[in-house]
Amino acid sequence: MSASTQIRPRATTPAAPLRPGQRRARVRTGITRWAFVVPAALFVAVFFGYPVVKNILMSFQDYTTKTFFTGEAPWVGLANYVSVFQSSVFTTSVVNTALFTAGSIVLQFVIGLGLALFFRRHFPLSGFLRGLLLLPWLLPLIASSAVWKWLLDQDSGALNQLLGVVGIAPVPWLVSPSLALIAVIGVNVWLGIPFNTTILYSGLQSVPPELYEAGSLDGATGFKAFWYITWPSIRSVVSVVVVLGVVYTLKVVDIILGLTGGGPANSTQTLATNAYHQSFINFQFGIGAAVSNVLIVASFVFAMVYIVISRKAVDE
Amino acid sequence: MKPGFHSPSRRTRALVGAVAAAATIPLVLAGCSGSGSASTSGGGKTLTIEDYYDANYDPVYEQCAEEVGAEVEINHVAGAGLISKVLQQASSRTLPDVLMLDNPDVQQIAASGALSDLADYGLDADDDVPGVKGANTYEGTLYGLQPNTNSIALYYNKKLLADAGVQPPKTWDELKTAAKTLTKGSTYGFAMSNINTYEGTWQFLPFFWSNGGDEQDIATPEAAQALQLVKDLQDDGSLSKSSINWAQADVNNQFIAGKAAMMINGPWQLPALKEAKDLEFDSVPIPTRTGSETVAPLGGEAFTVPQTGDQEKMQLAGEFVGCLNTDKMQAVLAGVSGNVPTNIEVGKAWAEDHADVASFVTTVQTARARTGELGPDWPKAATKIYTAVQLALTGKADPEAALEQAQSQDQ
Repeated sequence: MSASTQIRPRATTPAAPLRPGQRRARVRTGITRWAFVVPAALFVAVFFGYPVVKNILMSFQDYTTKTFFTGEAPWVGLANYVSVFQSSVFTTSVVNTALFTAGSIVLQFVIGLGLALFFRRHFPLSGFLRGLLLLPWLLPLIASSAVWKWLLDQDSGALNQLLGVVGIAPVPWLVSPSLALIAVIGVNVWLGIPFNTTILYSGLQSVPPELYEAGSLDGATGFKAFWYITWPSIRSVVSVVVVLGVVYTLKVVDIILGLTGGGPANSTQTLATNAYHQSFINFQFGIGAAVSNVLIVASFVFAMVYIVISRKAVDE
Repeated sequence: MKPGFHSPSRRTRALVGAVAAAATIPLVLAGCSGSGSASTSGGGKTLTIEDYYDANYDPVYEQCAEEVGAEVEINHVAGAGLISKVLQQASSRTLPDVLMLDNPDVQQIAASGALSDLADYGLDADDDVPGVKGANTYEGTLYGLQPNTNSIALYYNKKLLADAGVQPPKTWDELKTAAKTLTKGSTYGFAMSNINTYEGTWQFLPFFWSNGGDEQDIATPEAAQALQLVKDLQDDGSLSKSSINWAQADVNNQFIAGKAAMMINGPWQLPALKEAKDLEFDSVPIPTRTGSETVAPLGGEAFTVPQTGDQEKMQLAGEFVGCLNTDKMQAVLAGVSGNVPTNIEVGKAWAEDHADVASFVTTVQTARARTGELGPDWPKAATKIYTAVQLALTGKADPEAALEQAQSQDQ
């Protein structure tokens, strides 16, 4: 008797037959739920899933202009990947991508956070200024890069003219291989500050002011207040901003193409611009697909890292 | 679902649903109603033409359409997007009846099997400058005909040269001396485009080819000499370091603004040059090392007849392309485009009446097709050439090493 009471079966709802109206209602609820999910799922499958799968397949094929007419794309296995990994342009583009992404994110974040902290204080026209800060983000990227190309011109660009007033010789911003990447990072930082500032600002708004009052009683003001009160409170916002920033920056193409086209001498060639060049200038779609798959894997790895870190944070 | 949720009555919901469904019908119909371009209804055959020109070519097409007895539907596409559009149309089997292609692209598209043999329509390029045959022939078959062609030459500012007492140079040494003498203040003596696109390659080719360089292997002493010339011009201060970022349009702007006394450019810039105030200019063939004949690249676009499967229309399209290539139409097109006719006799007559393109008529007679040797593999060689130029001009490698490095690079 005692044994059977210990292994009491779990209480299930009594298997009373459903009234017809109830079953219809349940089916309708189920269908309604699916009706909300299906269009989105379909969209993701067609416009995201299919291109990714096709891209992976394309990287194993010899896909050129001929394929568009004949429909044939001979299978070449790993030949595209071998050719990509062996080329010196690939090594350069990996290094440039890493430098470009790291440089852009660090600078964008630091300056964005600084500006967000600055705007916490409300002074006359602060709202207007914050609105103006959004401008770089709102302008079309091609227009911005065209104007920056003029500004950074070595002989007649406005930036060098300005530096000339202070007595600095014309700097070859977009012409010297060592400076071109720095110039491109600079323009990308200019473009990315509004995004960082806006999101960090709203994150800062959500920190309760009572914490600061309590902290100031214990002597935590200025930098200490930032380190012990502000930073832990906005950590989740920071991780969102950084992840979104990295994923976006990894695939930036238009700024670089507009400013330098990947030059001079491949010094600003990143994985994304290299993939574009292979596919749409050389019409070697198989090789372009291989390069862009490397980029997708890099983004994916970073996304996994983010998920692991945020999981750990939740567990803490 | 909470039982207390107030839902509108079934009738109201059905009504709203019906209205929403009815509202989608006009949207669906609008989406289904064809691509929007006017299609002729009934009578007359219509030929579709695709190019990257602008509307001032339309009267020419209408004229030839009338001569072959057809209607014409013209589609102008933005230059950079033409090949992508052609590939798209090839895979959906909607290629136009007459397709204009930039001449270096003809062999690559022909190799994919998309174009038809122009000999089927009784057309040939025997009376045209030799470069035309070289560019438009793939494996012995002629696929395209060019009514007009262009090339590049050395434009110079007459006033600046007269003030400095400098004659237009004919050899490389004369070019270096002239450029150095003409470099004063904020004006550079010389400007050219060395950008990392096919435009940069195009501009370097005259120096490269005239000295004996060959695109099959660019790492030769002759090519190194040509590259050394451009590097010397930059090191002297006669050529701006920004030339590695300039397209031909930027070079033209520098020349018009008086920031360059000489430039390498082509006759398509004439409208802008003529419009510039107080600018007196002229052109000479590009200098060669010893003053020998200049070998410049052949420019211009070709008209082709894609395989559309409709034999009757293809025959008509062939006649249309033939019409565009007659002596009369070549002259008309030259007037519209500012380029020079490809027919040798017509070209000579044209040079007599049009002094500002006379140097180009001379140059195109010995101009060489970019795809003449490598055919569909030209783009790889073109990439190697501009990579080598960029490596040398940025100082990353000296000319010989730059050419070797670029030649060994596969992408």
